[in-house]
Amino acid sequence: MNRRPWVLGTVAVLVFLFLYAPIAWLAVASFNSSRSLSRISGFSLQWYAELADDTRVFASLRLTLELALASAAIATVIGTLAAFGLRRAFPGRGLWTVLLSLPLVVPEVVMGVAMLGFFVKLAGVPLGFGALLFAHVAFSLSFVVVVVRSRVSGMDVRMEEAAADLGASPFTAFRTVTLPLVAPAVAAGAAFAFLLSFDDVVISSYLTGVGSTTLPVFVYAQASKRGISPEIVALSTLMVAATALLLVIGVVIASWRARRAGAAARLV
Amino acid sequence: MLRRWLKANGLLAPTGIWLGLFLIAPLVVVVEFSFATRDTGVARAVLPWTTQAYLTALDPAFLPIFGRTLAYAGATTVACLLLGFPLAWFISRHGGRYRTVLLAAVLIPFWSSYLARIYAWKALLDGEGLVNTVLGWVGLDRDGGFLLTHGAVVLGLTYGFLPFMVLPLYVACERFDFRLVEASYDLGHGRVSTFFRIVLPGVMSGVLAGSLLVLVPAAGDFVTPKLLGGVDQSTFGSVIDDQFRGGNNWPLGSAMAVLLLVLVVVVLVLRGRRGEDVL
Repeated sequence: MNRRPWVLGTVAVLVFLFLYAPIAWLAVASFNSSRSLSRISGFSLQWYAELADDTRVFASLRLTLELALASAAIATVIGTLAAFGLRRAFPGRGLWTVLLSLPLVVPEVVMGVAMLGFFVKLAGVPLGFGALLFAHVAFSLSFVVVVVRSRVSGMDVRMEEAAADLGASPFTAFRTVTLPLVAPAVAAGAAFAFLLSFDDVVISSYLTGVGSTTLPVFVYAQASKRGISPEIVALSTLMVAATALLLVIGVVIASWRARRAGAAARLV
Repeated sequence: MLRRWLKANGLLAPTGIWLGLFLIAPLVVVVEFSFATRDTGVARAVLPWTTQAYLTALDPAFLPIFGRTLAYAGATTVACLLLGFPLAWFISRHGGRYRTVLLAAVLIPFWSSYLARIYAWKALLDGEGLVNTVLGWVGLDRDGGFLLTHGAVVLGLTYGFLPFMVLPLYVACERFDFRLVEASYDLGHGRVSTFFRIVLPGVMSGVLAGSLLVLVPAAGDFVTPKLLGGVDQSTFGSVIDDQFRGGNNWPLGSAMAVLLLVLVVVVLVLRGRRGEDVL
């Protein structure tokens, strides 16, 4: 509707500003020479140096990464299957949808205390990596299903039918037609699941065992005692920078491939 | 028909088993606990069954906490809608081939630690923080800054939950046929009328899905109010947390968790089938 998209554009820019302001501030503060987050007193790399030497942070970072990778892998596989299961209408699909929307809307604190009670008092699952893995898959699964399903339901069934008509076996059709079509959504779902697991404080805080503290729980415990440590600010800055870099690389590769495809099309 | 049913349920089975074991079963346990007599935190729920926990939870003393929680969650949802809709619409309508990148850009800040982000807001909203300083140039600064106010809590919650609003809204905008807007203009409707008669109904499924993803989780959040709010910022979530973390009173905490679950069910029922295709 907008013949004057700059009004809308300005709002969008402001919202992006809102999203990036704290991140930019963290980046600035990570080079601060004092511990303070609010007052910048000078440039220094000491927090990055301390981060590099902090074995406790790296131990929990490693655990957090392993947990996030494992739970994202499981959630992506079974969530993608579920998204395909929901593709066509069948009796009971509504019930499945309700079940799958539960992890999205039940507050984390409720899931956390419920899982604590269940694991500790009934199932006898010791707190720690196993309990965390069960929980993280359970709360990130639905996000994978939502993302993949939106792609699957928008897919043209005739593409797969055409593949079958041309003699492809169901497996070949799936591998060569269906999978490439849903791959971006599966990747997005996996990234989402990874992110949710990697950053989870509340649920994990109920389920960590001795010697299996995830990074967010470690930071939370530390922060509630003496504020957030500048090392964590430095680590956060590094992670955002790494993600942004990955995105830029992805964009460059995508546009390079698009240009090459365009050139090839012109040759034909 | 039967084959299709079997195939669908077969594909859904792993998800069903996982959620049944690690989500539904724990929620059932919470309901069981909520009817238990206060226990010592060692054994299973202690009999005899009692509704004492619910009577305590519904005590008028908790009323201000419920009210505050709902106000925070409601204000957060509205703020997310007001910020998220223009952004989702802009990306979908004007993003061109950069749509995916712009959408990813919404998520990038969330790769940093959640707690670090909240502490960044803490620093920004501080009396000597950037926000207060900038507002000071135009004489709008506030003594002591904006930290420890209700506004700070809503701002922090809005920041944390915004992506959950933007994503479903974006999906809804992608499905919206923008030609309807042109048609509406051609038929003589103005901007406001077009927005309320054409655009809003068209993206309603996204609005509902996004609100659902923000409202209830925001009502359960306790870390943000704790860190950005003032002295008495207990919310529903923090009261539940206290009962479990301190080992104080599991039945009371469970009863309160069940009350939040009731809110979940009410919202799900109110939404009905609308918006189901987005979520």
